Amino acid sequence: MAAPMCSTGWRRYLLWLAHDHLEFRIPEIQSIALAVGSQMEICDSDYDLKSHPFVELRLPSEEDARKIIGRSFLSRCLLELWGTGQTAEELHQVLRDYPTELSAPYMRQDTSFRYHVAAFGKTLTMRRKRDLIDALDFLPFQGRVDLKNAEHTFYILEDYGDDPTKTPEEPYRTFFGRWIGDGQRKLIDKYSVRKRHFIGETSMDAALSFVMANMAAARRNSVVFDPFVGTGSLLVSSAHFGSYVMGTDIDSHIIHGWGRSTRHNKKWRGEDENIRANLRQYGLEHLYLDVLISDAARSVWRPCQLFDAIVTDPPYGIRESSQRLGTKDNNFVREDDCELHNPTKTAYTLSDLLTDLLNYAAQHLVIHGRLVYWLPVYRPDYSEKILPRHPCLRLVSNCEQVLSTDISRRLICMEKVKEYQESDSAEIVVNPYREHNAIRDKYLLLAKEKKQKQRTREDTHTKTKPSEKPTEES
Amino acid sequence: MIALVPGLLPTCTAKQPQVKGCTSGSRKNVGCMFLSLRTTMRLLTHNMLTSHVKGVTNGYPLKLQAENIKVMSVDFNPEFVARMIPKLEWQALVQAAESIGHLGDLPRELVPEYESNEEFLKMAHHVLMEVEVIEGNLECPETGRKFPIKNGIPNMLLNEDEV
Repeated sequence: MAAPMCSTGWRRYLLWLAHDHLEFRIPEIQSIALAVGSQMEICDSDYDLKSHPFVELRLPSEEDARKIIGRSFLSRCLLELWGTGQTAEELHQVLRDYPTELSAPYMRQDTSFRYHVAAFGKTLTMRRKRDLIDALDFLPFQGRVDLKNAEHTFYILEDYGDDPTKTPEEPYRTFFGRWIGDGQRKLIDKYSVRKRHFIGETSMDAALSFVMANMAAARRNSVVFDPFVGTGSLLVSSAHFGSYVMGTDIDSHIIHGWGRSTRHNKKWRGEDENIRANLRQYGLEHLYLDVLISDAARSVWRPCQLFDAIVTDPPYGIRESSQRLGTKDNNFVREDDCELHNPTKTAYTLSDLLTDLLNYAAQHLVIHGRLVYWLPVYRPDYSEKILPRHPCLRLVSNCEQVLSTDISRRLICMEKVKEYQESDSAEIVVNPYREHNAIRDKYLLLAKEKKQKQRTREDTHTKTKPSEKPTEES
Repeated sequence: MIALVPGLLPTCTAKQPQVKGCTSGSRKNVGCMFLSLRTTMRLLTHNMLTSHVKGVTNGYPLKLQAENIKVMSVDFNPEFVARMIPKLEWQALVQAAESIGHLGDLPRELVPEYESNEEFLKMAHHVLMEVEVIEGNLECPETGRKFPIKNGIPNMLLNEDEV
């Protein structure tokens, strides 16, 4: 990472990241800074930011710091960093040197405070925690100690590294700082798909939905659109940040909430299972604009800049089929006198789907609007050249979520940087997505090979145990 | 928040109909049984839509034919309305609102400095966000192709022979 010169007057903050979706954490926090309109510098560190849980930031104000941590779903907490050291002595020296004009307001007699001791990579004993607090006796705190409702909380944070097999006796580093705020991980439970009114086979889990909305910099009064909306998980997370939301899907059943329920104990969907009801469940209904039944391959919008962000999880054929309208043969079957004619759908290759999506985004996003989507990847095939490109869109981030040894999906975030012209169109330099179901076929082939291997292993090892009935892979 | 009007909701406790193996024909009935008045199409959306029938050169605006309209109160957010107005085709909005009889006092021309004109923004908010179409059609002005609005959801799918 380029080393930015730290601006004067900005304070040092320590961000403690959650040990979850490691690659996504830094892009998330960068997007949040953009969404809340704050500047931010990520300080140089010797650690690999992709796996290390502590990141030092410089921020212009505490207000910005609070706004940023208040949106993060991949952070544990944010501290105003007072000092750090590799040994206790080093830390204590740094704290003694901490400017009194900065520390005094939090040490006054009329305030209350408490310490919180935490560690990464080890569970601390009560004794150790007490020792750490006692060792800080030299700090001139004059306020009273309040363990429940302290005005100021101070963290003593020890880093024992992320290798559980090599936990050292003494920490690699200790941090001391004033607590600013916690990340929003508690909301993941509130928004859990398990408790959601209306879900489908491929509803995006709550944490990743929020990360996507953050990457899209969804914010108050913006308009977020999902062209493969399904049950609207991504609309829920975007609306949580105050965006107005819209969606389309080719599947009229899912949009109307008809048919079989996805839940195991329920046969049919209830009468008001729809996206609007999902938003209502979280008190976000006033942010619902509309959902329509429409084919993502054919834009139904007036050709102008309508959306601040397009956030979507396109169907790539493994669990949800990729379809567009049309037939292979010219054998049109039209049931006359049937109002709800269901047009035939045909294969929609991923290659077309992706280029359409980028063209769509280039046309309908506002300048600096963002496109956030998942790209399925057969990992041995991966290189930067398979990423779809568009002259109007700049790649902002590209984070991998590994699904199996050979299959992963990448969360791609792009920003519109140039006005759209008719001549601009998307391209994929090396295109592994030309065949219909390209990724699905690879996925199923891999699953089949794996099963065969397993079976031969079972045959050679145990002849006594009757092999279990193989379960069907989707 | 949308004010839910209890009387408008389907009173039957909708025993799950047996639609097992149903054809598209029998689904018609299901649609009626499930008629929930809680999803609707706004005029804001209508303003953004255009006809995408093959070969159409002037498919905007779609003619709005509403059979069932609901006016519900939605939180007024002046910033959002002011942000959306530059994205709108004002004449199309006026026409659409007039065609379904809900123009009210909305000026036919966009007023200058509307950002700070709260009264105007409130009227725009009412037409854009609170007048909602439940049943009706969107008609392509050039070909006359009708896109049905059912249960508040416009179905913009073309048929396979029109793609």
